[in-house]
Amino acid sequence: MVSPLSLDIEGKLLEATVKLIEAAAVWLPEDVEKALRRAYDIEDNPTTRSFLKAMIDNVEIARSKRLPICQDTGVVMFYVRVGDRFPYTGLLPSILKKATVEATRRVPLRPNTIDVITGRNPGDNTGRYMPWIDWELVEGIDYAEVTVLLKGGGSEIVARARNLVPAEGLKGVMKYVIEAVYEAGPQPCPPIIVSVGIGANVSIAMKLAAKGLLRPVGVRHEDPEVARLEETLLQAINGIGYGAHGMGGKVTALDVHVDYAPRHPATLSVAVVMNCWAARRATMRVYADGRIEYITHPHLNKEVV
Amino acid sequence: MAEYKLRTPLSEDVVRELNVGDIVYLTGIVVTMRDTGHKRAVELLSRGEKLPVDMRGLALYHAGPVVRRVGDRWEVVVIGPTTSTRMEVYEYDVIEKMGVRMVIGKGGMGPRTAEACKKFGAVYTVYPGGAAALQAEQVKRVVDVHWLDLGVPDAMWVLEVENLGPLTVVIDSKGRNLYEEMYRRARRKIDEEIYPALGIR
Repeated sequence: MVSPLSLDIEGKLLEATVKLIEAAAVWLPEDVEKALRRAYDIEDNPTTRSFLKAMIDNVEIARSKRLPICQDTGVVMFYVRVGDRFPYTGLLPSILKKATVEATRRVPLRPNTIDVITGRNPGDNTGRYMPWIDWELVEGIDYAEVTVLLKGGGSEIVARARNLVPAEGLKGVMKYVIEAVYEAGPQPCPPIIVSVGIGANVSIAMKLAAKGLLRPVGVRHEDPEVARLEETLLQAINGIGYGAHGMGGKVTALDVHVDYAPRHPATLSVAVVMNCWAARRATMRVYADGRIEYITHPHLNKEVV
Repeated sequence: MAEYKLRTPLSEDVVRELNVGDIVYLTGIVVTMRDTGHKRAVELLSRGEKLPVDMRGLALYHAGPVVRRVGDRWEVVVIGPTTSTRMEVYEYDVIEKMGVRMVIGKGGMGPRTAEACKKFGAVYTVYPGGAAALQAEQVKRVVDVHWLDLGVPDAMWVLEVENLGPLTVVIDSKGRNLYEEMYRRARRKIDEEIYPALGIR
């Protein structure tokens, strides 16, 4: 039985989620834009600066005309942190899927899901398991936090994971990360955000690496040792000298994020994922009373949802 | 480093003058093809069949736009380059048999493409990836579209552009590859400075 109230909340959540996807596609998060502007100030090579200028101009045009920042609007990935006392959990899967279809039509997003077996593109960014939804259950809260990440293809071609020999230790991890960035070259659209996961197997490592892309640029890991590792890697990667789109410069990465889980006695797994400079993500909070709060794009809170 | 304003059809002489690092703004016709488009084009050519567009002197663009249908015509909402490395396996044949004078993309291409550029007179240029809203302003109209059965991103879009750029020449027809030089410099830096400082190796 669907009560009139739940019908009402369904419509509201759907609209709010479409808006969330649009926000991710057209408004670059503030932390990323600031980092790009800082890169523009730091660089002195004229070609690199002209590329960064084009990127910053583009961000402004996209924002004012409500156009997607990049034509590759990526695959739609949701990361949901849901409280155990949140009343609408059961509504979310169908709403997130419907919102993806609606946003594809309305923003518009490029239809990017191609069935691996049939080769068919349904044209609405859905498909088997798509949009992707990653769930995290949080004890003791009654709201849900929905983040959408529009993950482009170019920066995904260069993602990788491997089991190191434990004796290689953290130096082995650093080398693996630096080599990944070296080999990626200009393919993932630098300046990039690099995210590293370490753990007992590549599944855990990759999951942690993927989640690290949600952390804002400039925010360090809470463990000071890990934070130091992030700083060391950032400095090393920027020493490579690629700069924006490989035009040569001091800012190859806007930031490096690291997270870890314990390793198994026999394993040391590491995963590296990268985001292009157009790191498109947006987060909203849905409260138990149906109220919506946009976290990454607070200006949307003034618009009627 | 020089800056050029060029117009299609591009002649071999004009293209052979370009050097790596030069900036180009292109006006005229560009045709998009991605992986599956390249695959189909190369298959058609190997069977001696014709392509829907005569590409001689035109620019081939590694891109898949976001489009909107307005009445009976298409409109480009945003457009930008895709990673070119995926097309490396096809590009020699495409440059040789289709007479393309300029390839536009991002992320770089390999030695076979560089060889074709040198032999047949073509260049590979890159557009700042991700700057899709900016670039949409440089696309004047959709002239035609073919192979829509491949899906919107992979279809062959024929576009009229005005001052498409900044395009940086990354592979010229004289045998230079800007990105290869960049990789070599980076390798030296990593091995001689970065790893020793970190106590790696």
